Amino acid sequence: MKRRDFLKHAAVFVSGVSVSLSALELIDPKEVLAANPDLRWGFLVDTYKCVGCGFCVKGCKIENDIPLEANVTRTWVERYVMTKNGEVLMDSPRGAQDGYTSKLIDHGASGKKLASDKEIAQAFFVPKLCNQCSTPACVQVCPVGATYQTADGVVLVDRKWCIGCGYCIMGCPYGVRFFHPVEHVADKCTFCYHRISNGKTTACVQACAFGARQIGNLRDPNDPVAKVVMKQRVGVLRDEYGTKPNVYYIGLNEEVR
Amino acid sequence: MIEQVAQMVVHGEAWTIKDLFVLPNEYVYWSIQIVMYPYMTGLVAGAFVLSSLYHVFNVEKLKNIARYALVFSFALLPVAMLPLMLHLQQPLRGTHVLMTPHFTSAISAFGIVFMTYACIVGAEIWFVYRRFFVDSLVRLETKSGRSTIDSVLMFIYRVVVLGARDLSEEALQADHKAVKTLAGIGIPVACFLHGYAGFIFGSVKANALWMTPLMPVIFICSAVVSGIALCIVSYAIFMELRKWAARRGKHYLLPDAVANKELALDPEHLRSVQRHEVTMTSRYLLIFMTLALTLELLDIIFRGYTAVKSWDILRDVIYEHDFVKIFIMQYGIGNLLPFVLLLIPGLGVRRACLASLLVLFGVFMMRWNVVIGGQAFSLTFAGFMHYHLPIIPHDMETFKEGLMGALMVITAPFVIFYFLNMVIPAFMEEKEPH
Repeated sequence: MKRRDFLKHAAVFVSGVSVSLSALELIDPKEVLAANPDLRWGFLVDTYKCVGCGFCVKGCKIENDIPLEANVTRTWVERYVMTKNGEVLMDSPRGAQDGYTSKLIDHGASGKKLASDKEIAQAFFVPKLCNQCSTPACVQVCPVGATYQTADGVVLVDRKWCIGCGYCIMGCPYGVRFFHPVEHVADKCTFCYHRISNGKTTACVQACAFGARQIGNLRDPNDPVAKVVMKQRVGVLRDEYGTKPNVYYIGLNEEVR
Repeated sequence: MIEQVAQMVVHGEAWTIKDLFVLPNEYVYWSIQIVMYPYMTGLVAGAFVLSSLYHVFNVEKLKNIARYALVFSFALLPVAMLPLMLHLQQPLRGTHVLMTPHFTSAISAFGIVFMTYACIVGAEIWFVYRRFFVDSLVRLETKSGRSTIDSVLMFIYRVVVLGARDLSEEALQADHKAVKTLAGIGIPVACFLHGYAGFIFGSVKANALWMTPLMPVIFICSAVVSGIALCIVSYAIFMELRKWAARRGKHYLLPDAVANKELALDPEHLRSVQRHEVTMTSRYLLIFMTLALTLELLDIIFRGYTAVKSWDILRDVIYEHDFVKIFIMQYGIGNLLPFVLLLIPGLGVRRACLASLLVLFGVFMMRWNVVIGGQAFSLTFAGFMHYHLPIIPHDMETFKEGLMGALMVITAPFVIFYFLNMVIPAFMEEKEPH
């Protein structure tokens, strides 16, 4: 083969291969799926059903190896007590992992406060967890990309890559992030990703005896959670931050922070 | 039966006291080292801007302090990184920020901005001191009976001179041109370095106190203020030390004299230089102080006037919980008092130094009130967190993120400067103007 022919053939071969390979890149099946996934995890909390037993918190901590004796938690339950004169008393002692067994409201350094039954206009519990936002502030601010969003919408932390700067903790408007007391990296609720990816439900949903918590696929019109989100009046927390949260609440009112 | 609940202290719990309704995971996560970070970066940027005033705008009066400010800025540079390393939960992974930056994050550009700045300062110093390097090298090479220090210095100079031994008129002219260009590029980069530290805070949308587009500008102005103030104080103190040492012949306190025995050290001459430079620089300090104060007050007034949802809790923090820290310590002692001290006629070295010290304290309190004050209230807007600085450390965490860690960060630049001054004499006086 002459040198001229060799170069000619080589050029044709290289351009032919690169064109066909770039076509493969254009229709990467993973990317196509991610652009329009048929799975988007969402969560539904029915605040009317929550009784403040704290089983969800305990269940979560045991399932996800967050020490029970550490004062941080992936999920927690808040208590709201509104008096007839318009005062709102709120607390969440130790994330309510031991349940609300006392009428005393825990006000931290200001001590404990008691609202007498006669004064109370209404009282309720609100479970909280990571909102797995569609535009998560925590993912945006991570300087090394250790926290990321999966194709099905769950925000996770890479424990081997997190540098522990705490910027994500500062960036989250919902206060769901913290430093893991043993691993010393940022930690948060994962919707029990290891469970839901294997056909199980989350630890907190399973631990709730009252059906106050539900997880489902927001893209599936026949999913019970998606149906409620579509057909009932539900709310989300702090939408003013533009993070587009995916935890929906039934019975949310403006006092809930 | 008393139930024994084993406690596990999580990060931030040791120095946070919660009051009223605070979410379970909320603590003062960003503590003293994050106060130190913008403070040290500000000093770096400010010192550089001061040196550039002479190099770019030809403010001849600032000639001696400009040279000192440039070298001191270089000594401060590595220390700007130290608080971040001490703050990280995984300090060994700190390099990930440089190796795998995630560019949507404000912190990720730190490596690039910081390195660019370091290169500019390094290069500028090289051009300013190239003639000195060559002169010293020639002097040491021709010297007979070199001591160990002489040999070490000769080796250092031989490396840093990079083979550029040309001292012709043209070459020196080119040096001057390069210095001017680098100082010119350096000003926007220094401002960017620090404005960017402000952006790290100002862009946190979850924090009602931090989130304002004014934050980077406020940070730049206060940076220049603190940098100039530190240069005034340290220049005066170093000159005082040099006068004292020169009189008593204590040459270990004159590291540059150890290296270069030919330096003239006349106490009377030193005194006149000190007085001239310190009082001159104070005027520039006044200008930047006015700018910084205006912007900070604008921020508070704007927040009070627009009074959005978060103002209720911010008002509690600003006017009640942190009143002493903001209005007495930051604005009163740290701004107003030095302002008056600098304006009274007949300014001498001592008064300028006192005023500068107060300014340094004021800027530190400003950083404190931003960083700690921004975490003094809960995301619920219905509770407070009080920060207690760990003074006596009882474990690694309270050492790193306590008074000891902060003192370590403050001392480091002076130690670095001592050794740097041996190679690059910051107090060297040049005969001919630039």
